[in-house]
Amino acid sequence: MLKPAICEMRKVYVDTLIELAKRDKNIVVLEADLAGAIGTKRFGEIYPNQYINCGIMEANMVGVAAGLSLTGKHSFIHTFSSFAARRAFDQIFMSLAYAGLDAVMLGSDAGITSEHNGGTHMSFEDIGLMRMLPNCIVTEASDEVMLKKLLLKAYEKGGLWYIRTSRKKVPRIYDLDENFEIGTAKVVKDGNDVAILAYGISVADAYEGAMLLETEGIRAAVIDMFSIQPLDFQMILHYADKTGAIVTVENHQIAGGLGSATAEVLAENKKAVKFTRLGIKGRYGQTGTIDYLKKDYGIDKYSIADQVKKLLG
Amino acid sequence: MNTQIMDKQEIRSLELFAKKIRLNMIKSLFNLGFGHYGGSLSIVETLAVLYGKVMHIDPQNPNLVERDYFILSKGHAGPAYYAALALTGYFNLDRLYTLNQFGTKLPSHPDRRLTPGVDMTTGSLGQGISAACGVAKSFQMDRTKQYVYCIVGDGELNEGQCWEAFQFAAHNKLDHLIVFLDENKKQLDGPTHEVCQTYDYAEKLRAFGFDTQKVDGKSVEKIVMAVEEAKKTTGKPHIIILDTVKGQGFPYLEQKEDNHHVRPTENEKEIIRQFIEELEQKIGGDKDA
Repeated sequence: MLKPAICEMRKVYVDTLIELAKRDKNIVVLEADLAGAIGTKRFGEIYPNQYINCGIMEANMVGVAAGLSLTGKHSFIHTFSSFAARRAFDQIFMSLAYAGLDAVMLGSDAGITSEHNGGTHMSFEDIGLMRMLPNCIVTEASDEVMLKKLLLKAYEKGGLWYIRTSRKKVPRIYDLDENFEIGTAKVVKDGNDVAILAYGISVADAYEGAMLLETEGIRAAVIDMFSIQPLDFQMILHYADKTGAIVTVENHQIAGGLGSATAEVLAENKKAVKFTRLGIKGRYGQTGTIDYLKKDYGIDKYSIADQVKKLLG
Repeated sequence: MNTQIMDKQEIRSLELFAKKIRLNMIKSLFNLGFGHYGGSLSIVETLAVLYGKVMHIDPQNPNLVERDYFILSKGHAGPAYYAALALTGYFNLDRLYTLNQFGTKLPSHPDRRLTPGVDMTTGSLGQGISAACGVAKSFQMDRTKQYVYCIVGDGELNEGQCWEAFQFAAHNKLDHLIVFLDENKKQLDGPTHEVCQTYDYAEKLRAFGFDTQKVDGKSVEKIVMAVEEAKKTTGKPHIIILDTVKGQGFPYLEQKEDNHHVRPTENEKEIIRQFIEELEQKIGGDKDA
């Protein structure tokens, strides 16, 4: 069952970084003039020697993080997801991924959560771009509990991480003691008739859509595919066999996103199940509230329930 | 300026090292049959200074924590870098003949995962200088005595990222960052001022907050003196603008108009062969690779 959020995602980010910096002087937090938007000024006040505001230079920020990594620092880079993945992609590719260097990139304002900043700031491509990098762990935090656990995991495990998130409050899905393993999807709700695969803010909508379906006698499973890369293909295959109907939902282009990834898994494993992909379908972003945008792009709970019924006939 | 940093013997020794880098680099490219001759040749003297005198490194322990770092931001000059590394003892000279071969440890552009002594992967222009800023920032955070040296090309300065990095370096007072600008005045499509007007680099970089010097990039002595001079200034990053020639030290290639990437004709192969022989004779029979 969904629970109200305790705090904003950005507070979780900053609190977790402060917690990590307490025990490791090699933690370095980098910003490109969005400290005010994410809240890392607070980190900078406590740990000024471990905080770098690069100014509005995302490409250079990624390169600086690479240089820090060369000398054993743990860089946490933040910018809006549109600038992180789109603007600095070649820098992420060569200076971090190809060079085999570690960094954690937080891409905030994921997709429609950029709301009134509109189409220029609305990242519907970032997951697709980042999952083409062979050694990049690509995730989206579905709630505040997961965001904290992902940040801690990224620090412990090392490597190159892309964590996509909203900056603000999102419905809480998990208990505080929940644990997450990269490459292992989470069953949020079980069901036998259809499996709805989602990540990020779409998990809560998928859950609410599933509850609407429940009132009509349709038992939908809801799976949180927060780990886009590595992907839990076993979970996809299990639910393909179990339900015979798969629906993906995402706050991202279906091309290159979870929709594409799931289609690849199903096709390569000869699973000719009922299948549909909900998400952004060849459109750009626009200004609006989250509720308006969810409805317009067909990823709100009602659209999800309707599309599931349509799929099941 | 102190002119007694090196005695004549040491200068001659560095000049000989530069000749050996030039010879072995040309031999590896000649063996390959094509490659980035022009921009590799123009940084040979600077590499001789860095690997022959200036840098605190240990070829037997390439990952020595306390080492100075070197980042070749103009990654296409990899062949010269590899010759310098081999001659310094990071790997056997024979490996130079594997340049760009299938499965090589010496790819066209430097790859830190493949080559001992290569501190950073470069090739997509404009990125190495940012990584060098990150290394310098790390040294500053840890208050170490280490320096990071970085070579950028003049054509490379077309890239906006270089100017982002320069702003970052100056704002952060990265005085353990020493950048060399290889002003060889040519890029792939022609003279740099024709492709994108360069104006006065020294004036531009001073305005960006750099401790700026311009020296003859053909003189190992002048380059050493410039590095020593740079280290006297604190609170600012340093740039040493190297007045160089694309194809430097190889008269035929210096004159050749299109010398960025060369695939020699039969006639040119003979010219290169003769130049290799001349260099070997000058070095005194020490053929190395």
